[in-house]
Amino acid sequence: MSKKMIEKEKHISVGTRPERMDAKEKVTGHALYGTDINLPGLLHGRVLRSPHAHARIVSIDTSKAEDLPGVFAVVIASDLPEADDRTEKAGESTINYKFLRDNNLASDKVLYVGHAVAALAAKSPDVAQNALELIEVEYEILEPVLDVRHAMSDKTEVLHEQIRTDGPNGSGDTPSNIAQHIRHVKGDLDKGFSDADVIVEREFTTVPVHQSYLESHAATAVWGMDGTLTIYSSTQGAFLARRQVSELLQYPMAKIKVIPTEVGGAFGGKNPTYVEAPAALLARKTGRPVRVVMSREEVILGTGPGSGTAIKVKVGATKLGKITAAQAELCYEAGAYPGSPVHPGAMAMFAAYDIPNGQIDGYDVLVNKPRVAAYRAPGAPQSAFAGEQIIDELAQKIGMDGVEFRMANAASEGTERLDGSLHKSIAIQEILGVIEDHPHYNEPLDGPNQGRGVAIGFWDNWGARSSVEINVNSDGTVNLISGSVDLTGSRTTVAMQAADVLEIPFENVKSSMVDTDSISYTDTSAGSRTTMATGLAAVEAARDVLAKLKAEVADMWSVSLDSVVYSKGVFGTNERKSENITFADLAAKLSGQINGHGNVNVENWAGAGGGTIVDVEVDPETGQVKVLRCTAIQNAGKAIHPGHVEGQMQGGVVQGIGWALYEGYQYDELGRVLNANLLDYKLPTSLDVPSIEAVIIEKPFPSNPYGARGVGETPIISPAPAIANAVQQALGKRIDQLPMTPTTLLDKIGVI
Amino acid sequence: MKTFDYEAPVTIDQTITMMSKTHGQILLLAGGTDLLVQLRSGNKDVDLVIDVKGIPELNQISYDELSGLIIGAAVPCSQIYESQPVLEKFPAIIDAATIIGGKAIQNRASFGGNLCNASPSGDAIGAMMSLGAICNVVGSEGARNIPIEEFCIAPGKNALETGEMLISIQIPSPRPNSGSHYIRFTPRAEMDIAVAGVGASIELDSNLDQILSARIALVAVAPTPLLATEAAESLIGQEPSGPIFEKAANIAKQTIRPITDVRGSASQRKHLIGVLTRRCLDIAVNRAVQVS
Ligand SMILES: Cc1cc2nc3c(=O)[nH]c(=O)nc-3n(C[C@H](O)[C@H](O)[C@H](O)COP(=O)(O)OP(=O)(O)OC[C@H]3O[C@@H](n4cnc5c(N)ncnc54)[C@H](O)[C@@H]3O)c2cc1C
Repeated sequence: MSKKMIEKEKHISVGTRPERMDAKEKVTGHALYGTDINLPGLLHGRVLRSPHAHARIVSIDTSKAEDLPGVFAVVIASDLPEADDRTEKAGESTINYKFLRDNNLASDKVLYVGHAVAALAAKSPDVAQNALELIEVEYEILEPVLDVRHAMSDKTEVLHEQIRTDGPNGSGDTPSNIAQHIRHVKGDLDKGFSDADVIVEREFTTVPVHQSYLESHAATAVWGMDGTLTIYSSTQGAFLARRQVSELLQYPMAKIKVIPTEVGGAFGGKNPTYVEAPAALLARKTGRPVRVVMSREEVILGTGPGSGTAIKVKVGATKLGKITAAQAELCYEAGAYPGSPVHPGAMAMFAAYDIPNGQIDGYDVLVNKPRVAAYRAPGAPQSAFAGEQIIDELAQKIGMDGVEFRMANAASEGTERLDGSLHKSIAIQEILGVIEDHPHYNEPLDGPNQGRGVAIGFWDNWGARSSVEINVNSDGTVNLISGSVDLTGSRTTVAMQAADVLEIPFENVKSSMVDTDSISYTDTSAGSRTTMATGLAAVEAARDVLAKLKAEVADMWSVSLDSVVYSKGVFGTNERKSENITFADLAAKLSGQINGHGNVNVENWAGAGGGTIVDVEVDPETGQVKVLRCTAIQNAGKAIHPGHVEGQMQGGVVQGIGWALYEGYQYDELGRVLNANLLDYKLPTSLDVPSIEAVIIEKPFPSNPYGARGVGETPIISPAPAIANAVQQALGKRIDQLPMTPTTLLDKIGVI
Repeated sequence: MKTFDYEAPVTIDQTITMMSKTHGQILLLAGGTDLLVQLRSGNKDVDLVIDVKGIPELNQISYDELSGLIIGAAVPCSQIYESQPVLEKFPAIIDAATIIGGKAIQNRASFGGNLCNASPSGDAIGAMMSLGAICNVVGSEGARNIPIEEFCIAPGKNALETGEMLISIQIPSPRPNSGSHYIRFTPRAEMDIAVAGVGASIELDSNLDQILSARIALVAVAPTPLLATEAAESLIGQEPSGPIFEKAANIAKQTIRPITDVRGSASQRKHLIGVLTRRCLDIAVNRAVQVS
């Protein structure tokens, strides 16, 4: 793999804004999503879900449902083979197959309201619905564990008898709801705090927030006579879905073909599978294709949100504005099974700063709520909400401008983070510089009850494996296929990179996502990796194409391979200046059997920093916060498609505004979700969000041919703390709780 | 959702006959923005759905000095807020018609449906109640009028007898020097449901310094939208001013029976009724001053 960056002059498509290849299909309603899959003889699958937050399953009687005319099959956990108690990395989260099995179909206990207990297939959705009501489940109801702090107490009922805390000093010896305790230590904490002139300490809480992709989960399974299981899935990672189904069914990967449909949003939440394996079981039992589509209520109740948290932070600094020590305790809800994003939460918390002494304790805590899933920069919005408010407060106490204070403590290349890793090239200082100089930061606010807040954030991103294949057609156009599910326009951005390496027009590249039979292994589209890693695979595949074409040219002209050159779409040779042939003419001569392969495993990638400036107006009588103006700043390394980067930044801010002001699960004391619909689970609408200015910084990451970094996740991190800092300025009151709804605000300011 | 029959009669008579002859559960369909949601979620079962959008009397809007404004029960919000007489004379109606749901919902949702659905948080009900609307109802026994404050009897329950239907809502012509307003509080700017709402209409004397009559309606703070009669009476004979509105707002706060639910707490609703009543009265009076 060449380590050299591609020179700026050779960025022809890269850096421009071509139309997204999937745009017209999607906006005109032609694109096929999971729900659109229709096969002859299709049956409709539905899932029976637990009404209890915590209960033992005493018995399940499916006979009445099976007897209902129109019902073809019912499956429960015992229809799945036993699974390995093995944990693997899956995207930015982990998957334990035993727990995944129990999450797909509960075996002995139900652990949250909405937990899948049985699935059935019927001739129509209505019959399926009626049949669900005929399944008789006897439960022994147990005490629900709903509060993260309460769950951590050793007096509280445990969710899993077999779980012991995996801690810094080994494993605990009694059952616990704390699945893991991580600790990062740097320097001398006590000395750090004793060197401080000012210390600020607070506790913050957040509630689970759902990814709220517009498309719900959908899977259609069909078995071939040859034993091939084909699954059409709304997954964000076709190979990841295949691995899960293979493990759950104990069935060989080679015989499972996952066809990813167009995806209506995922944000990390479509890494785990929920309905794929049950659909496959039902399809096998009935011998017919079975489609399972979740309702919105099922999505909210039964699929992973981001963690609710309780976070304690303490930071000290000198009068002159140098941070001397930082300490945090992060308690993250994992939901029903271990695996909260407390690691990345801890990573992101102070990553933008150079802190000499620090300690972070992170807890992965089981509660009777759905197992959390990755959600865009998993764990980071929560820890940044706490950390960036404390930084703001510390600056205020010292009497320093918040941006200046951050600048004085900004991390740079080589800074050791509290988790022990060293920062590669980052651009925190540049980001703070842009904020300081931006008109938004310098123009005065223009009314009462207004406030301006700033926050920054850093995200580590991901690299991993991607595969691309490019086939050259005889007319000089090329077909590019990749194993990456396209969530964000990656078909287009990957093709742009291939076009530039091939030095052909972008329009001559047709780019598609394909199924797991058609290409080599590719990791899930997560961790802001796809444009970067699959783009790198495309660069490699394009280079492979050129190498093969050069060999053909050398052969054709009987010149040495070394003498063949390629520039601006034309092949030549240093041996005879008169010879030349264009890419298209050569392709015609070869009549289409040149292909290039790019299989990469990116182990060297870079994180990305970003920041938010936001103005709000608070109505002190109603507690309503209106976001008046918002500027998002981010280091993209290189914006392959600036329009897509802006889209990611704006989308991240919109979700960040959701976290800040509107979104969150509400529970009653029995653990029932009170707002499992999109009326009461409030996403911001277009009228709640101002036009968002996106400022892209390009500080290249030198190990990527274009200098690109992942951009998808960073933008969601800093909006919530920036809004909280702005609300503090407007109200004179710090809000330590998300979401900052009108009810919360009125309560905090003592009006109600 | 169970299967059901669907009919679309074109006269009131046909509809009344159809209703009296059918056994089982019958529901009328206007815009369907409440009904379809309820049917699909399984909250309501029905054997026959009668679509009333083909009946002329239910789909027209008319105004004259004498009978006032007559809004056919199935007229959607978007036609209401485009109607000239409404724009000129019934600002509270415009306020409600433009905040229900969002643009797409407003193209379907009717005031009649809002009223018959009898939700405690019906915005159109609040606006119409503040303007003293009368509900024109027909059944197999004949026609009758129901004052709007008697129409909703419990959450989701209205005063219609079996076999009766709502034909139109009639709102008296505004008095000289009068103004109205409907205001609600929602966390989101659109596609949301009132945590609390207040409608008010105010009539001033010709010197514009005395309140002659007032009506205040409160929404989402009791099992049904309700009239704050005492609060309105406290304004009569007074010169419009902040302290007077504040006093009325405080009385309004005492008349409500709010609950705590997922959309807000009882104490928040009580507090909001105070804030909204004051703001609503202020705007209604300003409008009265402007029209004179
Ligand atoms: C996304 C969304 C947002 C919404 N936002 C708001 C909002 O902001 N404020 C608000 O108040 N409401 C809101 N609603 C609720 C709904 O839109 C309103 O109540 C609307 O006015 C109902 O009118 P409709 O014509 O759609 O009624 P339908 O759904 O057709 O009917 C409602 C009820 O009235 C009965 N009915 C209809 N016509 C008659 C008749 N002539 N005689 C007797 N019974 C009849 C029906 O059987 C049914 O029970 C919202 C709904 C949705 C889906």
